[in-house]
Amino acid sequence: MRIAGKGLVDHGTPVRFSFDGRQLEGFQGDTLASALLANDVKLVARSFKYHRPRGIMGAGSEESSALVTIGSGATQDPNVRATVQEIYDGLAAHSQNCWPSLNYDLLSVNDLFAPFLGAGFYYKTFMWPKVFWEKLYEPVIRRSAGIGALSGKANAEYYEKAFAFCDLLVIGAGPAGLMAALTAGRAGADVILCDEDSLLGGRLNGETFEVGGMAGSDWAAETVRELESLPNVRVMPRTSVTGAYDQGTYGALERVSHHVAAREGRPLECFWRIVAKRAVLAAGAIERPVAFPNNDRPGIMTASAVRTYLNRYGVAPGQRVTIFANNDDAHRTARDLVDAGVHVAAVIDSRAEAPEGAGYEVIKGAEVCGSEGRKGLEAVSYRRADGSVDKVQTDCLAMSGGWNPTVHLTCHMNGRPNWHGGIHSFVPVPGAIPGLEAVGACNGAFSTHRAFVEGAEAALRALGDLGVKAKKSVVPESEDSPYRIEPLWAVAGKGRAWLDFQNDVTVKDVQGAAQENFRSVEHMKRYTTQGMAPDQGKNSNVAALAVLADATGRGIEETGTTTFRPPFVPVAIAAFGAGGQGTGFAPQRHTTSHAESVRRGAPMIEAGLWYRPSYFPATGERTWRQSCDREVNMVRGTVGVCDVSTLGKIDIQGKDAGQFLDFVYANTFSTLKPGKVRYGLMLREDGFVMDDGTTARIAEDHFVMTTTTAAAGQVMRHLEYVHQCLCPDLDVAMISVTEQWAQFAVAGPKSRDLLNGIVAEEIDNESFPFMGCGPATIGGVAGRLFRISFSGEHAYEIAVPARYGESLFKLLLERAEAMGGGAYGMEALNVLRIEKGFITHAEIHGRVTADDIGMGRLVSAKKDCIGKTMSERPGLSGEEREQLVGLMPVGVVKQITAGAHLFEPGAEPVRSNAQGYVTSVCFSPTLETSLGLAFLRNGRARHGEEITMVDHLRGVTTRCKVCDPVFLDPEGGRVRG
Amino acid sequence: MRIKCPLCGERDRREFYYVGDAVLLERPDPEAGDHAWDTYLHLRDNPAGVTRDLWYHEAGCAAWVVVTRNTVTHEVLKTELAEKRRRKLVEGAS
Repeated sequence: MRIAGKGLVDHGTPVRFSFDGRQLEGFQGDTLASALLANDVKLVARSFKYHRPRGIMGAGSEESSALVTIGSGATQDPNVRATVQEIYDGLAAHSQNCWPSLNYDLLSVNDLFAPFLGAGFYYKTFMWPKVFWEKLYEPVIRRSAGIGALSGKANAEYYEKAFAFCDLLVIGAGPAGLMAALTAGRAGADVILCDEDSLLGGRLNGETFEVGGMAGSDWAAETVRELESLPNVRVMPRTSVTGAYDQGTYGALERVSHHVAAREGRPLECFWRIVAKRAVLAAGAIERPVAFPNNDRPGIMTASAVRTYLNRYGVAPGQRVTIFANNDDAHRTARDLVDAGVHVAAVIDSRAEAPEGAGYEVIKGAEVCGSEGRKGLEAVSYRRADGSVDKVQTDCLAMSGGWNPTVHLTCHMNGRPNWHGGIHSFVPVPGAIPGLEAVGACNGAFSTHRAFVEGAEAALRALGDLGVKAKKSVVPESEDSPYRIEPLWAVAGKGRAWLDFQNDVTVKDVQGAAQENFRSVEHMKRYTTQGMAPDQGKNSNVAALAVLADATGRGIEETGTTTFRPPFVPVAIAAFGAGGQGTGFAPQRHTTSHAESVRRGAPMIEAGLWYRPSYFPATGERTWRQSCDREVNMVRGTVGVCDVSTLGKIDIQGKDAGQFLDFVYANTFSTLKPGKVRYGLMLREDGFVMDDGTTARIAEDHFVMTTTTAAAGQVMRHLEYVHQCLCPDLDVAMISVTEQWAQFAVAGPKSRDLLNGIVAEEIDNESFPFMGCGPATIGGVAGRLFRISFSGEHAYEIAVPARYGESLFKLLLERAEAMGGGAYGMEALNVLRIEKGFITHAEIHGRVTADDIGMGRLVSAKKDCIGKTMSERPGLSGEEREQLVGLMPVGVVKQITAGAHLFEPGAEPVRSNAQGYVTSVCFSPTLETSLGLAFLRNGRARHGEEITMVDHLRGVTTRCKVCDPVFLDPEGGRVRG
Repeated sequence: MRIKCPLCGERDRREFYYVGDAVLLERPDPEAGDHAWDTYLHLRDNPAGVTRDLWYHEAGCAAWVVVTRNTVTHEVLKTELAEKRRRKLVEGAS
């Protein structure tokens, strides 16, 4: 029921929304919860397990009962707390976990079976037969117990991530937080002030007392205006700080556009990583319910929530309100209601010494012991100290068991809060998060005055640590009433008394856990699911601990708490992972020839993050093999062009560069003459092969190393490691130039003719012998030419600065095509290298040694190098090892498959008989047969033998001949041209 | 987590690549024998407390950094350029 003119909502701006299809109206500034209460909608949800009718319990992000689904279809958002969702025109909210409807929920039959469904029921009941668990029990349980559902459709909504840095992060904008932010902001420090709410001020907006001679909410609004006017302060409403991490890093979830109908390109949510030199935690406190029989009916709320709805939203949650409390603070609710003209039926206070009422009756030393009303509260019964029980007609019960400081963030780095006997709750341990200080209610200081003082003092301390001069803030006049409380956790009586409303955990469940010897708080939690719902026990943990302590005959302090972990509020995976979808997950690296290759119809394949052309289909070709065979023949017969820019290129310079390369490569480079290129093999320190490639000596103190595409990053890291960590005194420096140079292989008998047509310098066997290199000028552009070959043909690689790559690629293709050649892709490149027995990472896969690939002699005996000592270990060379060989089919079956295993002919194809495995395969159009590279035990000594290849996965068995891995031109005549 | 690169200043740990124990700086002599090499390559302590490891500022200045930190409190106690540390080790040995 709305009270005309009361509250901070905009009474002049009505907002239309719907709940379960029913059209309703609220005001700008309402949450879904306040707007529903204004429309007297009390039943909004069904509970998790028993499908009990539930209403609205609180008014903040800790809400345990009023979970709804917003929207429908792909963007449907389940488990939204109605207390957090602001309404906007057209908002469509739906109840969840009920069928067929909220009012008539068939699954509420669970409630009748409640005596059988207590904690531990599933563990004990659905044990046998085992197969039934996955097929029957679990699906049925999941169907009936649960909260909202996802749509199952891809959600195209947009989330963002952001990073921020500040001197002081203030978490919470209640009195303590505002005071801290004001003190630091005025001193000129970089301040970020985060608050979960849309309206900053915390409890100041929910109370009626004055601050500095004006309404508390006005003071808050004025302070926020000042903070927003300061250029060094960032005010972030609707932002929950979700976690505290190492070295002053905090996670925060900003709800950017959940509250508007038109997003206008804004993300739905933004996940922030905030790095703060200091932080002030002013997270406030959460009022706890009291566990009495049937304390979960719609209309039973926390006392502070009733005040918030009344004072901030101008909504009376009931017409005859009863208050049930064990502390003075809850009496404010009665006073505010009476002042607003709402009837207060009674204040039932468990304390014999409770204060007198002004305009309402206080029943002292009494406890509420039951409630009535299936879908909305109708009456509560209470028991006086003398044992007599009475009943009071009421449609809203405002209960308060006291306040729990919101200590959560202080526990995120393993801190355990301390028990505070004065407030009967836990308070943070100072220093639990380095650089963070808790102030105000979350530090157990419950008066507004204390909050102001602690906020100001903590800010001054933080500023002092940072060396920022600050003036002491004048703390405004405000209430400083003492917090009087006597503990009351659970009221005895017939019927279930809820602790965790969200997970349907009752007092009896916790007692049952203790009875079954789950006495440790962590065991109790897992046995009962207490505190495991989306609210993570914010409302219920302390009371549950108290019940467990009582049941086990221990104190609460001794019983301890469970572990609070991030995130403080539920965070969608989409927000955590914002930016990590699609190309955000795996960025695409394109070569300079990419557009031209795609234009020519080449299917692109991924090589790490790079995209490379698979093959270039010609007119009439229907399969990749047709294109591949043609391209191989083209390279062997005339000339082919292939972009090899993706190979890692590392520029290495310095007086000691040669000596450095001698140390990182197994073979020697210091003896290489300038203008020459050498193949190099790199080992890991454990003696296995890391990578290979060619390195050119451009000048005496200048080398250019190439690495494989896959290992480019690893090799760069490794070179820096060897230099900085092992031989920092060598005069050498290195940098990756992979993206600075576009490089193309020009391969085939006519490669030199092609290049002589475009390169200014004369190219012959004299100027560019095999493994020679030197400068090359193309159209006035200074480039480099290397006579190296990965195809076995007379071939070159030509490099130009990347900005000329595209035009050089087009020029090379134009010339090649005029000579009967053209572009070739990865498939042909692979065939060409297999025909020559050249290795890739399919062979040097991390478990092979130099000797395994027939390069044992490359490891120089004259010098030390990385991996040399360990490569000499017994067992890393010799006939026990699997060695690189070639395979050719000799039987009826011609297929060789990668990954297949090798067996002696006639041997049973089982693992214990395995002799080796196939690493690379192709069909060679040159030799007109399938070819395979393989590792075979003692393979070098077995050339000419027959071996059986068995592919268990594809069901292929092929008789093969073992041969040298170099199938074509073993003398190397072609390459020398 | 934040790591102070001796060259660039304090940076997010995402800018760094981690390899493990800084014992990697203490490469044995080629003739030091199997035991020394096995220890160098394969044997690692797993302390609950202060540890020293190598991080590479890969998305930054490419410096290898020796980070002394506490595995229990996650405190970063000290950062030092690996090449400085290596020079100290070599000087200490000679």
